[in-house]
Amino acid sequence: MRLELYLDLLSQPCRAVYIFAKKNDIPFKLCTTEVFKGQLLSKEFFQINRLRKVPVLKDGDFILTESSAILIYLSSKYQTADHWYPSDLQARARVHEYLGWHADCIRGTFGVPLWTRVMAPLIGVPVPEEKVQRNRTSMDRALQQLEDKFLGDRAFLAGQQVSLADLMALEELLQPVAVGYDLFEGRQRLAAWRERVEAFLGSDLLQETRGPILNILEQAVNKKVPNPPPEVYPYMLLRISRIP
Amino acid sequence: MVLELYLDLLSASCRAVYIFARKNSIPFDFQFVDLLKGHHHSKEYIEINPMKKLPSLKDGKFILSESVAILFYLCRKYSTPSHWYPPDLHTRARVDEFMAWQHTAIQLPMSKILWVKMLIPMITGEEVPAEKTEQTLLEVKNNMQLFEEKFLQDKLFITGDHISLADLVALVEMMQPMGSKYNVFLNSSKIAEWRMRVELAIGSGLFWEAHDRLMKLAEWDCSTLDPMVKEKICKLLQKFK
Repeated sequence: MRLELYLDLLSQPCRAVYIFAKKNDIPFKLCTTEVFKGQLLSKEFFQINRLRKVPVLKDGDFILTESSAILIYLSSKYQTADHWYPSDLQARARVHEYLGWHADCIRGTFGVPLWTRVMAPLIGVPVPEEKVQRNRTSMDRALQQLEDKFLGDRAFLAGQQVSLADLMALEELLQPVAVGYDLFEGRQRLAAWRERVEAFLGSDLLQETRGPILNILEQAVNKKVPNPPPEVYPYMLLRISRIP
Repeated sequence: MVLELYLDLLSASCRAVYIFARKNSIPFDFQFVDLLKGHHHSKEYIEINPMKKLPSLKDGKFILSESVAILFYLCRKYSTPSHWYPPDLHTRARVDEFMAWQHTAIQLPMSKILWVKMLIPMITGEEVPAEKTEQTLLEVKNNMQLFEEKFLQDKLFITGDHISLADLVALVEMMQPMGSKYNVFLNSSKIAEWRMRVELAIGSGLFWEAHDRLMKLAEWDCSTLDPMVKEKICKLLQKFK
């Protein structure tokens, strides 16, 4: 039975999982599950993941959620190159250190601009300017820490080679960039890091993965973003209300 | 050179690391960094961790932050019994999955309860709007239900028959609201029974020793709080308004 990955490429962690699987030639069936089409709410998807979230991995009867857990599982099962999830004690600790900080300071923060710039206006729910500013400040603070503490003068976030940490970070940072934020302006070290990671991953793969998210702003400007069905509204309103 | 652990047991993440190290007889120097006195902002501590967070581990020249990273590091370096972080691919993935989920689903809201019910009113003299408190309590209730349905189910522990790092982290975080005398274990007998099992697997003596400072938090004289830290906390209150 083939590995199944339930993904919505608009989602940062889904892109990280997709890129990793493709880059490492891991055979899988892509089960596209679109958040804004209400597909997380279906009875079928509830059987896959009662938390109603993506990404989800289904390997035979084994179902796994949480992108970092999925990435670690894939790297172990398919014995990918050591640099992704190094076997060295300290090098591996650095990856986990990044993933822990990422969960607190990157997740939940860099996804906000898609909501404030595209999704909330789409359903006519205004987000107070104060929250937009607060989010901008949070992103700036996180980027500074990313540059100073995790990157420092190293080539990559957890060491001198690309790891799961870089993949997770890159796709998160891309989210605001896709909706028009100039995150990398004036941050030379981070911009250089981004170039290195993207060169390693390959532009074809990245273009393929990022198609949906890169199109969304243009679609929004041209009023071509499809209206989410009404059953998704409660979820969207909840997400919007949770913006700090 | 002896391992150093920079801790304040008021923090759930610190308790997880402390309990794990003590339970596994890992020798270490307990470096107390008093959160209530703002010592995490001191020049000395900033050299250990410029992000001013606890816990930190210092093993010779190697400095590590983030409790989950520290727990995994200790497991491996000190070859602790395999049930803590089982080597089986699927079982390990369950621990990784829980460790990822808990940051926002458990740790954050449990900590929020302590802040809104006790610390913010105590430090700023102002109550947090009731609506916000209710929101936080509801979030915790919902996530406890998810914990029971998805992670615990009908098993003794999260991974099955034995305690793992996932149970340890889950429990110390769920204890956090106890500092404000709010008991999240009252809603579900399944979770209450799991709680007891985890406490016994750890050892009640060690468990309650680790939680002593938290349980006594209500008696803290907050006039001793560092004014700079107090200012930051007052700013935090604005987010709840």
